[in-house]
Amino acid sequence: MKGNEAIAHAAIRYGVDGYFGYPITPQSEVLETLEELRPWETTGMVVLQSESEVAAINMVYGGASTGKAVMTSSSSPGVSLMQEGISYIAAGQLPTLIINVMRGGPGLGTIQPSQSDYFQAVKGGGHGDYRLIVLAPASVQDMADYVGLGFDLAFKYRTPAMLLSDGIVGQMMEKVVLPPFRPRRTDAEIAKQCPWAVTGKRGRKERNVSTTLELESRTMEENNRRLQAVYDEIERNEVRFEQYMTDDADYLFVAFGCMSRICKKSIEQARSRGIKVGLLRPITLWPFPTGAIADLSKRVKGILVAEMNAGQMVEDVRLAAEGRTPVAHFGRNGGIVPNPGEVVESLVSQFSIKE
Amino acid sequence: MTKEEILARGGSKVNARPSLLLDATMHYCPGCSHGVVHKLVAEVIEELGMTDSAIGIAPVGCAVFAYNYIDIDWIEAAHGRAPAVATAAARLNPDAMVFTYQGDGDLAAIGTCETIHACNRGENITIIFINNGIYGMTGGQMAPTTLEGMKTSTTPYGRRADLNGYPLNITNLVKELDGTCYVTRQTVHTPAAVRKAKAAIRQAFINTREKRGTSFVEIVSTCNSGWKMSPADANKWMEEHMFAKYPPGEIKNTVKDQK
Ligand SMILES: Cc1ncc(C[n+]2csc(CCOP(=O)(O)OP(=O)(O)O)c2C)c(N)n1
Ligand code: SF4
Ligand SMILES: [Mg+2]
Repeated sequence: MKGNEAIAHAAIRYGVDGYFGYPITPQSEVLETLEELRPWETTGMVVLQSESEVAAINMVYGGASTGKAVMTSSSSPGVSLMQEGISYIAAGQLPTLIINVMRGGPGLGTIQPSQSDYFQAVKGGGHGDYRLIVLAPASVQDMADYVGLGFDLAFKYRTPAMLLSDGIVGQMMEKVVLPPFRPRRTDAEIAKQCPWAVTGKRGRKERNVSTTLELESRTMEENNRRLQAVYDEIERNEVRFEQYMTDDADYLFVAFGCMSRICKKSIEQARSRGIKVGLLRPITLWPFPTGAIADLSKRVKGILVAEMNAGQMVEDVRLAAEGRTPVAHFGRNGGIVPNPGEVVESLVSQFSIKE
Repeated sequence: MTKEEILARGGSKVNARPSLLLDATMHYCPGCSHGVVHKLVAEVIEELGMTDSAIGIAPVGCAVFAYNYIDIDWIEAAHGRAPAVATAAARLNPDAMVFTYQGDGDLAAIGTCETIHACNRGENITIIFINNGIYGMTGGQMAPTTLEGMKTSTTPYGRRADLNGYPLNITNLVKELDGTCYVTRQTVHTPAAVRKAKAAIRQAFINTREKRGTSFVEIVSTCNSGWKMSPADANKWMEEHMFAKYPPGEIKNTVKDQK
């Protein structure tokens, strides 16, 4: 099935309580598949086509405030519209899952795939000091698996998580093993897991309030410190990445999502020409695998960061390498999907590799 | 003084402080309509036994701190998005009685889209709409509901239709939508008006509990600070000017059993 369809199936199976979204290519299949599957008749999951992405993200804010597992999906322009709401969700410490199946920008851009929303996702596209846990799926299987992983992490740390996918992974068809069915949490389970949930007092003595407003500067700074402490813990515990043929590598590709798949083919081609290249694929774009890249930077002759953008993740790789080894960038954008050979040629020419 | 103490002294129940109204000192200007409406909301929730099921959605506007005053669960929404927040809260928690409390800038400018669509879907929520014809919180700028000729900090020479457009009667728009079951316009400037407004809020909350669709209660209000008038003058000005554009009264009621 398609990556976007896998997300819909995985959401129902995870026991998600609500999905709110607005159509946009190349991710409309998420909402379409959910409407087709009618989970409200089986698990009781709410599915709603909202009037806009602004409404969708604020529905997510409202639903998450009640302790429910809620999600939305969109593509680049729609995710831009959501940024105010995402900042509120982060500030409110609300576990949610937001999916961006990226297309090329800026502006209305193209419906073809791209990876040009890395900065927006990883550096905080909305206002204020906040972070998202950002997972980068590279296959249809990842799309299915990371829905559950994203929610697990979101609830563990009370923070929003994002799947930063792209039009290739969303649209491509692959075999997939769907996760097993889990029942949705009962109201009692939600009350236990989320004692902060706004459900109506239901006999509680203290009322629960979901708010992000704090006019007292000292308290607001304290709120910020509390958020930063959570982010520090996430950075310590949740870095995820994949290494491929790095043991004997002289050069290193760093690439995420669909680009990491292309790089695996590039490695095959390069190695057949006697150039030993490996790959580090960040699975979490935030927290970023800074330590692993720092280690590799001590023993490779150069790093090529391959992205479908004009050079975004390369900045984080340069920070990790700290000048120990040269870091170059290969990028295509506008919806162009590079072929593996282009990446190899870029490596050879940028590092003047003699064969 | 507690309600019990007042009752023990033979005081009138009308003036008793509803027990759901928290002790916090309200930040509203003296004479502001928000405080009166808060009291009515608290009373109705208590009288209908909805303390455990009510979820209030607070706006961005002078009522942003509504959650500090009424002892129920609250969500504080982004500016204008309360109907979207309420939509999800209500759909995901069918046993809850979800209502929004919004000003005219929140509901009829930045949040028009969410307002219209929540009402059009017939979400099982109540929308309480405080129409004071101005942006109170941010210092008295023009609101969509500001009357022609009315002076605000962004229409210092008075609102002009050719420059600023016409005052928006959003309640009349909302009436046309199939999703609304109850649309009414009330005020709280006299004891009689307060009693009628309370009955309207009560009807709306019952509709929400009974899942009849969207109930929409406009309260034509004063903002004496923003209008730069004494509370008494503001009431008079409201009667003389606001009521011409926003006449109080029942606008739509598809619910037959009023009890
Ligand atoms: C996205 C956004 N834009 C602007 C503001 C600033 N702002 C706060 S309240 C407000 C207007 C409130 O007026 P109204 O809704 O009429 O409420 P009132 O204070 O009159 O009760 C504005 C413009 C904001 N908080 N968020
Ligand atoms: S500024 Fe206006 S709306 Fe705000 S509290 Fe004062 S009188 Fe009320
Ligand atoms: Mg106002």
